[in-house]
Amino acid sequence: MARAAPKPQANMGPPVPRYDGRAKVTGDARYPSDVPVASPAFAFLVTSAIAKGRIVRMDLAAAQAVPGVLDILTAEDTRELKHVKFAAGGAGASTSIQGLGPDIDHDGQIVAVVLADSFEAAREAAHKVDITYAAEEPAATFDATNAREESPEEVGERAKKLPKAGDAAAALASAEVTIDAQYATPAQHHNAIELFTTTALWSGDELTIYEPSQFVFGLKNNLAERLGIDAEQIRVVSPYVGGAFGSKAQMTPRTALIALAARRLGRPVKLVSTRDQAFTISTYRAETRHRIRMGARRDGRITAFIHEGWELTSRPDPYSVAGVEDSARMYGFGAVETRVTLVHADRNTPGFMRSPPVVPYIYALESAMDELALELGMDPVELRRANNSMRDATGKEWSSRSLMECYDEAAAAFGWKERTARPGSMRDGDWLIGWGCATAAYPTHLGPSAVRVRLTPAGEVRVQVAAHDIGTGLYTVLAQLAADELGVPLDMVRVELGDTALPPGIVAGGSVSTAATGSALVKACAAIRERLTAAPAQTTGGPSGNKLEDVFERLGIGAIEEYAEFIPEGGKPDAIASLYKGKPALGGGSHGEKLMYALGAEFVEVRVHALTREIRVPRIVGAFAAGRIMNTRTARSQLMGGMIWGISSALHEATEIDRRHARYINDNLADYLMPVNADIRDVEVILVPEEDSEVNPIGAKGLGELGNVGTAAAITNAVHHATGVRIRELPVRLEKLLG
Amino acid sequence: MRPFHYERAATPAAAVKMAGTTPMSPDQPSVATPVQYLAGGTNLLDMMKIDVMRPDRVVDINAIAETRHGGIEVSDDGMWLGALARMAEVAEHADVKHRFPVIAQSLTLAASQQLRNMASIGGNVLQRTRCPYYRDTSYAECNKRDPGSGCAALGGFNRMHAVLGTSKACIATYPGDFAQALIALDARVEITGAHGHRSMAFAELHRRPDDEPHMETRLAPGELITAFTIAALPWARRSKYLKIRDRESYEFALASAAVALDMDGDIVREARIALGGVATVPWRASAAEHEIQGKRLDERALAAAAEAAFADARVFEHNAFKIALGKRTLTRALRETAAMET
Repeated sequence: MARAAPKPQANMGPPVPRYDGRAKVTGDARYPSDVPVASPAFAFLVTSAIAKGRIVRMDLAAAQAVPGVLDILTAEDTRELKHVKFAAGGAGASTSIQGLGPDIDHDGQIVAVVLADSFEAAREAAHKVDITYAAEEPAATFDATNAREESPEEVGERAKKLPKAGDAAAALASAEVTIDAQYATPAQHHNAIELFTTTALWSGDELTIYEPSQFVFGLKNNLAERLGIDAEQIRVVSPYVGGAFGSKAQMTPRTALIALAARRLGRPVKLVSTRDQAFTISTYRAETRHRIRMGARRDGRITAFIHEGWELTSRPDPYSVAGVEDSARMYGFGAVETRVTLVHADRNTPGFMRSPPVVPYIYALESAMDELALELGMDPVELRRANNSMRDATGKEWSSRSLMECYDEAAAAFGWKERTARPGSMRDGDWLIGWGCATAAYPTHLGPSAVRVRLTPAGEVRVQVAAHDIGTGLYTVLAQLAADELGVPLDMVRVELGDTALPPGIVAGGSVSTAATGSALVKACAAIRERLTAAPAQTTGGPSGNKLEDVFERLGIGAIEEYAEFIPEGGKPDAIASLYKGKPALGGGSHGEKLMYALGAEFVEVRVHALTREIRVPRIVGAFAAGRIMNTRTARSQLMGGMIWGISSALHEATEIDRRHARYINDNLADYLMPVNADIRDVEVILVPEEDSEVNPIGAKGLGELGNVGTAAAITNAVHHATGVRIRELPVRLEKLLG
Repeated sequence: MRPFHYERAATPAAAVKMAGTTPMSPDQPSVATPVQYLAGGTNLLDMMKIDVMRPDRVVDINAIAETRHGGIEVSDDGMWLGALARMAEVAEHADVKHRFPVIAQSLTLAASQQLRNMASIGGNVLQRTRCPYYRDTSYAECNKRDPGSGCAALGGFNRMHAVLGTSKACIATYPGDFAQALIALDARVEITGAHGHRSMAFAELHRRPDDEPHMETRLAPGELITAFTIAALPWARRSKYLKIRDRESYEFALASAAVALDMDGDIVREARIALGGVATVPWRASAAEHEIQGKRLDERALAAAAEAAFADARVFEHNAFKIALGKRTLTRALRETAAMET
């Protein structure tokens, strides 16, 4: 494995080390729950043991008798909280299910909050809360008798907004070669190492919330609505986030409960929820199903593409990712038809999880591409080439598309030409070897951002924006960009993020942060440069040099501070005003005038033991093109982490559900599997140079959610190549290969 | 976690005496024993945090590691392992690796390095099942926790559950690895209790669930494991632990086999087979041993052994694959053990 950051090529920034690296590895970085507050009370959540029904009786006597217990909040105590409308993506609450009962709508719903002088006392008391339920039979997932599939009218209404071109059914009927396959992906949970925490601190009517967040302005405004107070009374602070992956984008029910508890007690309250609670008090990636039908000519050109998806969601909330929007654009299909159906069950509401639409939908597409290649007797790479096109079926053009450059570079590095096509034909002793590949894709979203930049005569730069570095590298790329734009050394730049006291930034979602914040930053820096150049060339008796100090002296000011707003092309004029109110607006991807995507190609080798069938991935190579690469080190890190997650998603991760009770079973890190070091061997990231001046002013396409797309298909395609067994339901488990 | 009294003991005798001051009923579920010994704490503390175990008293026995009972003694006759020796110490011991490879391998393939550094081998053999219904007190049905309450795993998600030694009352899998190696080498376990010292064949230590899954072992309340003894039997050197699992490390077995063979040329003179990941207790596959004893290890003998090992298996909704996987695991382990150079 190449361990160094890739050498920058055309349109790539230098691999400067992480701005926050030292603080993080030395423990100096204060995550929200690390912030010390004076004499806090500790909260422990009590969650429901049933998925559907009612609380008949809640006996608190034993819990209240635990020494140190201060208060126990139940449904009665929280009636004053206002309901906030569900909205995906940070604009609203993560779920409509906000009450503490007595009605129970999903497993693990919060039903009480125990407050005590110590965490230990709160936990002990929580275990002693005795609840009697009247349980009803819940619908756990697809195929449950009382799950509700949307009506044809609802499905038809959604389909109006989904891609359609030509007569796909007719094209399919007359195609020379066809495939018709169904795929399924499981529920998965984010499982960031940092748990869901909230610390609430009132000072008079002013409330400060320390909580890991991907959108502090969203949390501030939604919380104000829930508490029925003015948003200006609330400050949300979240400078570091210990992993989020979509789970910390929206307001979850806990925040208002902790704020309310702190107000009742007249004392700061701190909550650190448990790992098993994390499975039910926030969101997750819901299970999906797919049917893909494709028709092609003998030469490989795909004339018909029909992609139907089914997505699971909660009873009240119509959460949908509808990734047919992306799968239908990937190649120059002749005719296209798409449809997405939601199925409502008694579950907590799902939500965004790294690359929400494309992970399941591109997995299905790229599996189907491999099946079609096999049917045609074509090399899978050549099938992609045959259908590579600068236009999609609807006629929309790509702003830039370097897919085949990615395939060619990755294939060369991988040694793809040594592959023998017949399944089971490559073997090393007792191990069957399989090679597979797939496309990675992520829409390039656009969003607004504000920023404030200050420059002093000494050349110190401070960048302030309520954007979020959730481990992605935003601190670093903003520092680099500011240093470049203002011509100062990198170590003179200080970046402050994640605080609603700063100008608003966009939600850390949709891989949009670098482009949005970077574009605003470039604007602010240009304004500063302009003010510097406006300095008189000389003043009587003053310095005449070009040193920054001299220029400031001639200007007669102590510092320059510029506030700038960036609204992407086609964005609404009130986009920044909306951002202040916690409403993010994301455009781009397939929704603008042009199709804008970051793309890649991933190649994997799998080894399957001939007898016992355990599956290992000794190497993976990915090549990616994403416009301007700001920093090859942080970019590689994001993409490498993404590919590792892709391996995890294919082989390990699945939230198992007890179908009788609609309850999650493996809600801990020992039973919810993800790869350990021994599972990840050789990971190679190739950055393919690409220029795209149309996407945004800095020419960068978001790549945080690119690396984990397509990986699952590359692996199942490789498993088929190794064994001849086509896995159409993730995760790949060895029992599916025992045959 | 609930409040408890914490005490320390520096010798096995002191520990047993300390524990003996609380009256304990022999019929009490093992998980509910009011006095618990604390060694590495890698299992006990977890179980207390999730409220499955609520001991009144915890007797910390780590100081015993300073005595002989924290040591490893290897001679030409065999090996004596103090119960307070840490998993990592045994796994990394040169003589253990060389003379009793199945012991070292079973420990190395278990848990993570951090856990192996902490966990004692005496505590390891008593590790409690990972059955998710046992570990979550919000499920009322669990005969191990609450005798007579039922078994939620029977009709629930049971991919990881046992296919051998199950009963209508419990199908929870014994989760450990080291125990299978001890069975393959005919180990004995030394025990100290209120009535003095005793020892028994290690294979007798664990009880099958039958009608009383809450009675997990044959240890009386307050008894303490002090050591394991392993004779230098002819098949100890040609021994191996094969563990098949969903990921490469830090994961419980879907199926495992501890195999020890005494070969006379290509004829099996004596065989020991223990299976893990598939049974409710550390499982000796005597019928499989019988199929290969005195025979050449050809495909027919291997197939017969695999068949015999799983002849009595009973499967549930999600774990039917464990029969095929268990058979293949055993076949592979036998082949690889026979091919070892000793």
